[in-house]
Amino acid sequence: MALLRITSPHTHRGGRRTSWVMQMVILATIPGILVQTWLFGFGTLINILIAALTAIGAEALFLKVRGRPIAFFLKDNSALLTAVLLGIALPPTVPWWLTVTAVAFAIIFAKQVYGGLGNNPFNPAMVGYAIVLVSFPVPMTQWLGHADLISAGSTMSFSDSLSAIFGGLSTVDAYTMATPLDAFKHKGGLMSDEAFASVTALQAASLNSWMWVNLAYLAGGLALIGLRIITWHTPVAMLAGLAVVATFFYILDPSNAATPLFHLTSGAAMFGAFFIATDPVSSCTSNRGKLVYGAGIGILVYVIRTWGGYPDGVAFGVLLMNFAAPLIDYYTQPRAYGHKKPKSGVAIGGDK
Amino acid sequence: MHSNTDTANTATDVETTNSGVNYQELVYNGIWKNNPALVQLLGLCPLLAVTSTVVNALGLGLATMVVLIGSNIAVSLIRNYVADAVRLPAFVMIIASFTTCIELIMQAFTYELYQILGIFIPLIVTNCAILGRADAYASRNPVLPSALDGLTMGFGFTVVLVLLGAMRELIGQGTLFSDMHLLFGEAAASWKLTLFPNYPDMLFAILPPGAFIGLGILIALKNFFDEREKQRKAAAEAGKEKVSRRVRVTGKIT
Repeated sequence: MALLRITSPHTHRGGRRTSWVMQMVILATIPGILVQTWLFGFGTLINILIAALTAIGAEALFLKVRGRPIAFFLKDNSALLTAVLLGIALPPTVPWWLTVTAVAFAIIFAKQVYGGLGNNPFNPAMVGYAIVLVSFPVPMTQWLGHADLISAGSTMSFSDSLSAIFGGLSTVDAYTMATPLDAFKHKGGLMSDEAFASVTALQAASLNSWMWVNLAYLAGGLALIGLRIITWHTPVAMLAGLAVVATFFYILDPSNAATPLFHLTSGAAMFGAFFIATDPVSSCTSNRGKLVYGAGIGILVYVIRTWGGYPDGVAFGVLLMNFAAPLIDYYTQPRAYGHKKPKSGVAIGGDK
Repeated sequence: MHSNTDTANTATDVETTNSGVNYQELVYNGIWKNNPALVQLLGLCPLLAVTSTVVNALGLGLATMVVLIGSNIAVSLIRNYVADAVRLPAFVMIIASFTTCIELIMQAFTYELYQILGIFIPLIVTNCAILGRADAYASRNPVLPSALDGLTMGFGFTVVLVLLGAMRELIGQGTLFSDMHLLFGEAAASWKLTLFPNYPDMLFAILPPGAFIGLGILIALKNFFDEREKQRKAAAEAGKEKVSRRVRVTGKIT
């Protein structure tokens, strides 16, 4: 007798397994990786390779220590995705041990210690990123510049990238430059338009290169929405939150604040919105919750970029909102079909 | 504060007051089973704040141990003369006096370390482990067991401090036993072990979050050893029972 051996929910589509979802997210980062490689050399690719090897090694080791099936959990590609996201986020010239530290910390302390995929309260990639950003601020804030603006005059060659990562390249200063966010943060007494006219890192070529990176991740993110792997709520809310706050302060003080467009197209805005904030484990689950969660990240990113100690705030913004995600989910639980308004939580408004 | 003393007041403490003092158990409790840092989680503030190097941890650990022994002896001596209602203020006064003594001694002999540890030496007064032991043990027991309790509890606390300090110093700076001359005189200046030359300082381990994670790892290790011991005992019990229950139907029964 042919009994159905599938469990609820029965709405799921065949083939949509965790491994497939993770694989699709990894594939969606490819446009961004290509643009980063084109602009900043092969460092990103080498970082991703180191990160992937470390992630698989650390995951296998800790699955063994915890007495879990190794191959089964490795096949879900989640460790690989964490590695790819970290490899993208780390600057292309960081030494290899820094990447290894970040990924090992992300897999071991942010994921396996909590019980593996599905139980981690924080986004593992961002925990790893935050740890190395706090620990090694100098290599972590050293980004490569656009070829036309740096003294080397060209993007880093493959051998230079390799020696920067594995041996310390003495001429690395010829390739590095402040990111637009970093330069804008440290513009000192300059007015906005003066800074954009005089500071090297705020020239059109530099701004455009970061815009291309962001556009590439936007394209990858839209593909993920098209495949219905992520919903539009979190990224749109995050970008809207960032844009609204940026517009507010730009209107308030146009001579010192940057335009909303500058905030949306620099740093990790798009990458964070589509690939980091949408992590299904550590973010909110209800649609209304996702809107609140995303908006919170967007506002925090602006706050950290403008008044915080670090040039970009996506990692800390996401981690802080990860803290709040269970609370947001509690208050935004949707109404079950056929039931009245949920009674949980504080009654806001006229619920008589 | 009272809730802390309640947690410290385990069943074993009460037992020892009724029947004669079991010194072996006192030592085992202080160092392992009821360790103030790993089990009672008392005195976390100095534990997390000053354990960035071995020498800082050892300095504060020894100071805490001396205060704990002194206060336990003093509290035990006056235990029959203090009214219950005013016992806590009295204990705090005693602890504060001993802390002041230690502070002056450190200022006199280890001035640099005194400056590094700063506010955390006077803050020994507020270390819950000390008041906890005074109220839970010393106020109900004779002098000698109380002194031993202070010694073992203080030793247990110091060991955890030094372990955490070593972990954080090793991961944070790649060295061990640096600046030991602050505590042991100029001869100790050469004790510094540089395990990794050209080590990039990992600020995370030196900053307070590293202390939290380090303490978490130590607690997890302790629980792991306890669990393994329990399983080993359970396995031994099960093995014994099997042997005794075996029924032999053939051959000679021995």
